[in-house]
Amino acid sequence: MASLNIKAVILSLLIFSVLVGLWELTHQSPEAEEALSEFELLMGGADQEARVPPPSAVATLAWSELSNPFYDAGPNDKGIGIQLAYSLYRVLTGYFLAALIAIPLGFVIGMSPLMYRALNPFIQVLRPISPLAWMPLALFIIKDSEQSAIFVIFICSIWPMLINTAFGVAGVRNDWVNVAKTHELSALRTAFTVILPAAAPTILTGMRISIGIAWLVIVAAEMLVGGTGIGYYVWNEWNNLDLSSVIFSIIMIGVIGMLLDLALNACARFVSYNE
Amino acid sequence: MSNRLVTVEGLSKVYPGKKNAPDSIIFEGVNLAINKGEFVCIIGHSGCGKSTILNVLAGLDDATSGAVIMDGQEVVGPSLDRGVVFQNYSLLPWLTTLQNVVFGVRARWPRWSKAKIQAHAKHYLSMVGLGEALDRKPSELSGGMRQRVSIARAFATEPKLLLLDEPFGALDALTRGNIQDELVKICAETEQTVFMITHDVDEAILLADRILLMTNGPNARIAEDIQIKIPKPRDRAQIVEDEGYYTIRNYLVNFLVKRSGDPALKDAAHKAPKVVDPLNFKPVASKPTAQNSNVQPMTFTAKA
Repeated sequence: MASLNIKAVILSLLIFSVLVGLWELTHQSPEAEEALSEFELLMGGADQEARVPPPSAVATLAWSELSNPFYDAGPNDKGIGIQLAYSLYRVLTGYFLAALIAIPLGFVIGMSPLMYRALNPFIQVLRPISPLAWMPLALFIIKDSEQSAIFVIFICSIWPMLINTAFGVAGVRNDWVNVAKTHELSALRTAFTVILPAAAPTILTGMRISIGIAWLVIVAAEMLVGGTGIGYYVWNEWNNLDLSSVIFSIIMIGVIGMLLDLALNACARFVSYNE
Repeated sequence: MSNRLVTVEGLSKVYPGKKNAPDSIIFEGVNLAINKGEFVCIIGHSGCGKSTILNVLAGLDDATSGAVIMDGQEVVGPSLDRGVVFQNYSLLPWLTTLQNVVFGVRARWPRWSKAKIQAHAKHYLSMVGLGEALDRKPSELSGGMRQRVSIARAFATEPKLLLLDEPFGALDALTRGNIQDELVKICAETEQTVFMITHDVDEAILLADRILLMTNGPNARIAEDIQIKIPKPRDRAQIVEDEGYYTIRNYLVNFLVKRSGDPALKDAAHKAPKVVDPLNFKPVASKPTAQNSNVQPMTFTAKA
């Protein structure tokens, strides 16, 4: 098993170096065919053809950004750490607000067939709406771009948690419910000592899906509301035509998304059980 | 009569037929009584409603008509006075062996201190030979060990009546034998009243004071109430050498194979099951061994 892990790491590194190597090689600036004219020298020797920066340029930028991630030099020049922190703050606020509502509501829907049937049409209609479609309405009602972004995160992360909680609660094995019944547990104790642990793995799966979606949506939401955050940063660097920064922030979005997923995966392992 | 723990009167279970189809009667006119300290087994073919009777006794299912009276009170809903061991163990898989038993003990005596609850749970786990596997999860235990935990949990809550729904049905024969021995031992120690469903004639003879025989469903009834007067405590190896063992066994097998579908039997059992002592039933039966006093005589009178 250990040797398989080692082989996998070696193969990953190999694939990585091949891809990055190809990228680097294909994006060398063309050799100047003749000496630069005086005008070109005056213009700093920039060639007129825009091109994707090579990985070495991205790595250099990444190094300088990551060595000082929290600098703040005005509204348009903040460190990557600050931008990511803004995004994380919005994502986690919206996400936990959604969990606060989705999990208890999911419990009710899962336990009561009546509530399930009554609320199902609403869920089915609201769920497929792109979270960004809510943005204008949110901006109009809330009148605050920051809170509107949080609302968008809230609305997109509520559905997977709600549906998975309801599904997990409804699917708790009848035997375990009978165990609670024959031990005369109150409804509340049954919910906390039998149904919650039984449904926890399914609930955590919903939470994992939600955090993934929330992290996808925050980038788009911040491109719209602007000001701060990693989504705004990407768009701002595009406007600056600084493609190295764009590529660097894309990579950072991926890394943070992975870390969020790993964190929830660890929680899921904590509540999982084998039958 | 003061020894009576449970009385079941005129119990029936009917599922209403759809549209014009007739109602399907699972069982009807079921009368039975269980005395304190008695071990009663019920045997019958699949579909005769044994499990439904047990679930009604447990309070997990409702009968269509009739009543279950325990200690002078009608049974409504589940209660800690009636412990249940299900065939599929129904342990909570996220709890360890000890935590599963503690779960039951804490539900029974919420005011006990943590230490007392733990000690009580450990006592019952050691009774079923699981003193060493306290911190293992059910998924890490064999089927036999899981059922032992389930039995320990049920005994630890010290219910007035213990209901066993084919507890050994899913176990292999060797494991089953070992747990049967343990069950014999614990029942002798705790004087627990037990009502058990089984498909295994030998298991029933080993454990029971009385065996209730059900006719085939639908419209099943308890036809006969067989007295097992082999002296207790019984031993799995010794019991087959008892003079009456094969007489009883043959009687039971004969009933299940040849007579359980006989319509005349249902009519005969209309009022109450017929009390039979197989050792006195046949004129050729060997010397009766009815001198033991452990067995409580059945209070119903036969009206065959």
